Amino acid sequence: MKKDKKKLGNQVFSLADNIVPIIFIAFTLLGFVLTKSVPFNFFLSELSSRFYRNAFIVLSLIIPVIAGLGLNFGIVIGAMSAQLAIIIVRYLSIEYLHLSGTMELIFCFLLTLPIAAFIGLLTGKLYNKTRGQEMIASLIVGFFANGVYQFILLFATGVIIPVRSSHPMIKPDGVGVRMTVDMGDLHYSLANILKIPFMWVVLIVSLLLLALTIVLFLKEKKLGKKNNQITFYIKTIIFAALSIFSIFSIITKSKINLVKDVPIATVLFIASLCVFTELIMKTKLGQDFRSVGQDQHIAESNGINVDKTRIIAVVMSTVLAAWGQLIYLQDMGTLNVYGAHTQIGMFSVAALLVGGASVRKATVSQALIGTLLFNSMFIMSPEIGKAAFGNALLGEYFRTFMVYGIIGMALGIYVWNANRKSRITLDSIDMQVQDD
Amino acid sequence: MTEHNVVKEKDLKNSFLATAIKTIGLPTLIIAAFFLVVILTAAFLKQSLPILFSDILRRFGMNGLLVLAMVPAIKSGTGPNFALPLGIICGLLAWTIGIEMGFIGLKLILLVSLMAIVFAIILGYLYGKLLNAVKGAEMTIATYTGFSTVALMALVWLMAPFKSKQMGWMMGEGLRETIKLDGVEAAQIFNNFLSFKVFGINIPTGLLLVFFAFCFLVWLFFRTKIGIAITAGGSNPEFAAASGIDIDKNRIIANILSTILGALGIILYSQSYGFFQLYSGPLMMAFPAVAGVLIGGATASKANISHVIIGTFLFQGLLTASMPVANQLFEGTDLSEIMRVILQNGIILYALTQVKGGGKE
Repeated sequence: MKKDKKKLGNQVFSLADNIVPIIFIAFTLLGFVLTKSVPFNFFLSELSSRFYRNAFIVLSLIIPVIAGLGLNFGIVIGAMSAQLAIIIVRYLSIEYLHLSGTMELIFCFLLTLPIAAFIGLLTGKLYNKTRGQEMIASLIVGFFANGVYQFILLFATGVIIPVRSSHPMIKPDGVGVRMTVDMGDLHYSLANILKIPFMWVVLIVSLLLLALTIVLFLKEKKLGKKNNQITFYIKTIIFAALSIFSIFSIITKSKINLVKDVPIATVLFIASLCVFTELIMKTKLGQDFRSVGQDQHIAESNGINVDKTRIIAVVMSTVLAAWGQLIYLQDMGTLNVYGAHTQIGMFSVAALLVGGASVRKATVSQALIGTLLFNSMFIMSPEIGKAAFGNALLGEYFRTFMVYGIIGMALGIYVWNANRKSRITLDSIDMQVQDD
Repeated sequence: MTEHNVVKEKDLKNSFLATAIKTIGLPTLIIAAFFLVVILTAAFLKQSLPILFSDILRRFGMNGLLVLAMVPAIKSGTGPNFALPLGIICGLLAWTIGIEMGFIGLKLILLVSLMAIVFAIILGYLYGKLLNAVKGAEMTIATYTGFSTVALMALVWLMAPFKSKQMGWMMGEGLRETIKLDGVEAAQIFNNFLSFKVFGINIPTGLLLVFFAFCFLVWLFFRTKIGIAITAGGSNPEFAAASGIDIDKNRIIANILSTILGALGIILYSQSYGFFQLYSGPLMMAFPAVAGVLIGGATASKANISHVIIGTFLFQGLLTASMPVANQLFEGTDLSEIMRVILQNGIILYALTQVKGGGKE
């Protein structure tokens, strides 16, 4: 009886834990009910292209969370380093080198690495000095870096660094980089490497997953492990249904084939980051991240260099975020030099939290699901505003509120729970002392 | 013998510098020196100093109350009030309701202030409760409380059933982003009260009087029994709790006070500007105020009225003075704005590195 009650309590608790994803799914479904004008293939097109753009950056947030640094709003600095690299490469390419789009992209990736790693090192050192306040420090250091970034691009370029004033990227008076820079051949340089129709990808992926599930199931059965048959059957049915559905829609040429093609190179980048994040957690370094994240005292006494481990986590996150920003920007025709990075920290953090992550826990699947859910909300919000209140602006304000509200709520609930737990343990210690 | 003397002299020099840094604070000294350089450059460039000083005084008085709002929060131990937009929202809501009711002039300002105080007490109480639940991460939570309230209020500004022609668009629904106060005769009321000129410098007497009056009131408050209890709870919570002080209650009181000062602060600020901004206007307003008190020599756990006055004067003075100087020296660049961003966030980061506690130590 007591056990049953406990189980029920656990279920209710897990519902409370997953309240944010549930709200987001409900919101998107509500959008479909309210706005009959949104065709499903349009929604899928929008959602998938937003996913290719953003997933990499959201994934870059995981490592600092595991290493106990919390949500690294400082990834905006990574984004800024990527933009600096793009500006340098584009400037040189137009001026002297005349590179092809792919070569420009490769140079951008290479040049981003040292810039982002260096700045990541500095921010990592800063976080070590602001221990316990990393999240507010990461937010403020983003603002601070934005000032330095503007100083370099608006003032130092032309006054300190000599540039040709008639260059198309430089302002007419010869000082500062223009507000927008044309991406030239860099545009779609990654996406255009290989494109495959959406439904074909769905077919291939679902067949692969189907095979994987069956192989794993048989392997576990052979080993005599107790395995969950129900999940196996559900998975098999879902993947089989998806494969059949995609074959059907390809043959009948249904409307769903209008969904944009899948940029395979981008998807491979995202997939390899997922694998990388999973693999690094199995190495010595990954174990260090974990133990530092759990308790810095214990990690220190176990001979782990806590400060260094934390810095490595920040450097990795910054470099990955910078590459993520490159992937994001090559999908855009123009680079908004002074605005493209400002919101990226908040949006990525919100997306991760929507996936069910917290300040101390984040996984690859949470990042991926969060990116999907968050962007669904982003697409549907103005549509709902238009349909329900006749005002798209309302929907836009609403989604801004969701971004800040989600971050605030997730942080608040986390700290509140942590404080409550520590109070409970303190109380029990007090009681023990009294008993003695 | 001589060597000994040299060493002593060096020690003396070092200790003089050390005491100066210790008593005034390194950031304050650096900013003050910077401010002096900018003023001298302005004089050298033959810019009109009376106009410059008039502007500095106006900006000083305008921002003063918002910076003063940091003091109760810091003293109570919740850190700088990064949720200042909460107070600002109270002030703005009061403005819109007051204008909607059709009041004008001084009557409007007094009514608006009264309403703002009522709103601020309610919101400040809830905010204080929230802060007590999230001890240890107040600054981060406060920032997002401020952000999300501003975003939520954007919905309210868009949907509120206001009819006044002073605030609505010519067509469509919702309030305008910028609402002018000349239309309701509320612009520069305090600035012009008893204002006079000395050496061509315009002294906004009323504005400064209001600011200093509130400084005095807050100073007085922290001399009362409850004020002392708040300070004690902030600086040494264990000791205060042991001597029977209800710290949680005091933190709430301090944050109500801080929210009220923020609400009144935006009223003083906007009457001086001649307009107020809705929607994302208040989103980032906490950061210059936090930077102001820190530049005056405050830390995340210690602040005084003197820090407010010195810090606001130096920071706002520097920003006001550097604009025309930078524009004349480097035409076409927005160097003073860039400098504001770097200074403001640099000083906050510096203060964060001085915060004790956290995981390892």
